[in-house]
Amino acid sequence: MNFDPRFSGRKFASVGTRPIRPDGVDKVTGRARYGADFNMAGQLVGRVLRSPHAHAKIRKIDTSKAEALAGVKAVITAADLPDLTDGDAAMYDILDNCMARTKALYDGHAVAAVAAIDAHTARQALKLIVVDYEVLPHVTDVDEAMQHHAPLINDAIFTEGLEEKPVKASNVTKRSQFGHGDVHQGFGHADFIVERSFKTEQTHQGYIEPHACVANVSTDGTADLWVCTQGHFVYRQHCAQLLGMEASKLRVTSSEIGGGFGGKTHVWAEPVALALSRKAGRPVKLVMTRDEVFRASGPTSATSIDVKIGARKDGTITAAEATLRYTSGPYAGTWAEIGAMTAFACYRLDNVKTVGFEVLVNRPKTAAYRAPSAPMAAFAVESTVDELAKELGMDPVEFRIRNAAQEGTRSSYGPVYGPIGIGPTLEAVKNHAHMKAPLKANQGRGMACGFWFNFGGQTCTDLNIGMDGSVSLAVGTVDVGGSRASLSLVAAEELGIAYEQVKAIVADTSSLGYNDMTDGSRGTFSSSMATISAARNAIKILRERAAQMWDISVDDVVWEQGHAVAKGEKHGNLGKLSLKEIAAQSGKTGGPIAGHSELVADGAGVSFATHICDVEVDPETGSTRVIRYTVVQDAGKAVHPTYVEGQYQGGAAQGIGWALNEEYIYGKDGRLQNAGFLDYRIPVCSDLPMIDTQILEIPNPNHPYGVRGVGETSIVPPLAAIANAVSNAAGVRMTHIPMSPPRILAAIEAEREG
Amino acid sequence: MVEVTLWGALGQVAGGRSKVEVEAKDIRELFRKLAEQYPGLEPWIDRGIAVAIDGTIYRDTWSKELPPGAEIFLLPRLAGG
Repeated sequence: MNFDPRFSGRKFASVGTRPIRPDGVDKVTGRARYGADFNMAGQLVGRVLRSPHAHAKIRKIDTSKAEALAGVKAVITAADLPDLTDGDAAMYDILDNCMARTKALYDGHAVAAVAAIDAHTARQALKLIVVDYEVLPHVTDVDEAMQHHAPLINDAIFTEGLEEKPVKASNVTKRSQFGHGDVHQGFGHADFIVERSFKTEQTHQGYIEPHACVANVSTDGTADLWVCTQGHFVYRQHCAQLLGMEASKLRVTSSEIGGGFGGKTHVWAEPVALALSRKAGRPVKLVMTRDEVFRASGPTSATSIDVKIGARKDGTITAAEATLRYTSGPYAGTWAEIGAMTAFACYRLDNVKTVGFEVLVNRPKTAAYRAPSAPMAAFAVESTVDELAKELGMDPVEFRIRNAAQEGTRSSYGPVYGPIGIGPTLEAVKNHAHMKAPLKANQGRGMACGFWFNFGGQTCTDLNIGMDGSVSLAVGTVDVGGSRASLSLVAAEELGIAYEQVKAIVADTSSLGYNDMTDGSRGTFSSSMATISAARNAIKILRERAAQMWDISVDDVVWEQGHAVAKGEKHGNLGKLSLKEIAAQSGKTGGPIAGHSELVADGAGVSFATHICDVEVDPETGSTRVIRYTVVQDAGKAVHPTYVEGQYQGGAAQGIGWALNEEYIYGKDGRLQNAGFLDYRIPVCSDLPMIDTQILEIPNPNHPYGVRGVGETSIVPPLAAIANAVSNAAGVRMTHIPMSPPRILAAIEAEREG
Repeated sequence: MVEVTLWGALGQVAGGRSKVEVEAKDIRELFRKLAEQYPGLEPWIDRGIAVAIDGTIYRDTWSKELPPGAEIFLLPRLAGG
């Protein structure tokens, strides 16, 4: 396929406007169907039995009494999900996480499941399953898990990435290193060095809609799965592989999604629902409770990070170094690796080194959470940068501007940057009215920068033109933030028609070619690229049909503002043919008109943001209130500015919760103590200020419209921006997230006591 | 011949090298030659590696050409949220 993705600098008619999203009315009226809103005739209720232990050997599971209970149609254990992964370690981990095999590895790990005629019977059946556990020592803290005497979670793990191959098993699955130059030499040239250690606690994405699916396996081996997910094609691949099915025989339809943020990029209960349906011979609906979502779906890593940065008196950073330790739950992950790549990505550094350690703990398998791993790294680095600026006597914004990465800078993770927006976001913050507003007693202001890579990936789109001139756009990227509206704008732009003429849908896995997950901020970036390509293919056909209708050469037909136009003096009397007029005659000129596109959207273009935050800290209680918040971020090109602003505000809101309140709290027994929204408190409206936004547009050279991903970067700076604000308000450096009232109070009292 | 920079963990399985030279015209050939020269890299390649060519990161495009003199980095194939 010939498609030129380069930025063209064109002027836009539709892109950049703010029409109402097509799914909005259904969502606010309750008509939209989410994961749990789908039902099938004869469906059973699925329920999962979960380990009450953080770490335990499973000696035996007796399901006989549950199977004998009237109304129970299927009971499964790991034996019903045999290992078909053929040595694929990553898939085996997914399988083991869906249903524990030999050991329960965390509080909430699934060990058995039932399908019954109703929820009451299913719950009764779970109580009748007898599991003989041998409880093992456990470890949930990242630093403790790295100690030599720590309980070993997987004795087949030998640390990768070490210079010498280890001879002893370890809870550290991998060591990763990035950087360039010579940090030792760089620190030698520094006049000031700040070195600090930080911790962040584990958080959950906190999506409002729990995981839910309906699975229906037929006797002929075909199956349907209706599910709430960020990537139904990936779910199909994983479920089919785990159940030994051909992917083409499993049709997956994605429901509307009530939040994902990375947490719905992994399969959890879906293979279990399919296995139950296969055994019962009936559809099975499986909906996680909130308790299950917290205990057994993927939260982010808890971390322990050391940062050291040195600078000359003139404010130039001479060296920067970080050691990052991230939990990955009981399975191997790449979370510290990402933290190590993003930590110093905002800065122009001659000498930089980061080392990441992936650490196993008896907590649920870690999942992505919006720019996974970057917020914690940014918290540690941006806190240290702020302290260093203070040591130097420099304004923190000026210090960052002096050291900001630019086009041509070698990134801390290796490649050289193209055009980037960190400098412009800092200049915008420097000149923002927020930075000049006065503060009162006990109030403090902080700012911080953040970076995210953004991805593209495999993308497929169909654009079908109806005989009435309306356009159906079928995309394979799940709409998690208004992308159907944005993609309709792109189709309208390219075809030169009104937004209202385009209807975008998310097609199921049997209706469209493979699409990667909606993650990595790729949804609008990659599907807009495929939509542009599909529209251009459709325009080629529209021109051919117009040429037929006029009986002239197609080379004499151009497409302008939604019309075929005959060019040249010899066709001067032909006027124009609208898309609608051409579509009306399509049956006579060759049949339906459509444009298709299959591509790999590479060159997503990195993204930067700078946030400003004002807080008020009560010195008597340690309670913090965010009183003003501003997000400045580069979007490349904001296709639908309202939804770009929504992404910015959403990232800031989640970051405020992460910074101030949210954390997984484990008891000494290794069990999660706060698996619910009463005790794990995400911010509600009354906890949040109005969040101001400023969109910058530094075009991505690798997209025709200049689009970059926007979904993730906005959660990177808040932890640090708020930590800097709280530290300025409280007069003491905060190094542990969340900065809950007891932690702030303890820090203030420790400072008072010297 | 192109010079390829490896990230830290990958360098360890390529005999401790941070840079290697490979005769390859595109990403597919680069991966094949790397696996031949450094068998320890093969499982990493199977798991997924991204390739940065002059600053632009490619995750899946095996046919992408490696222009002479281009700066090439192998990077982890990252996950997003």
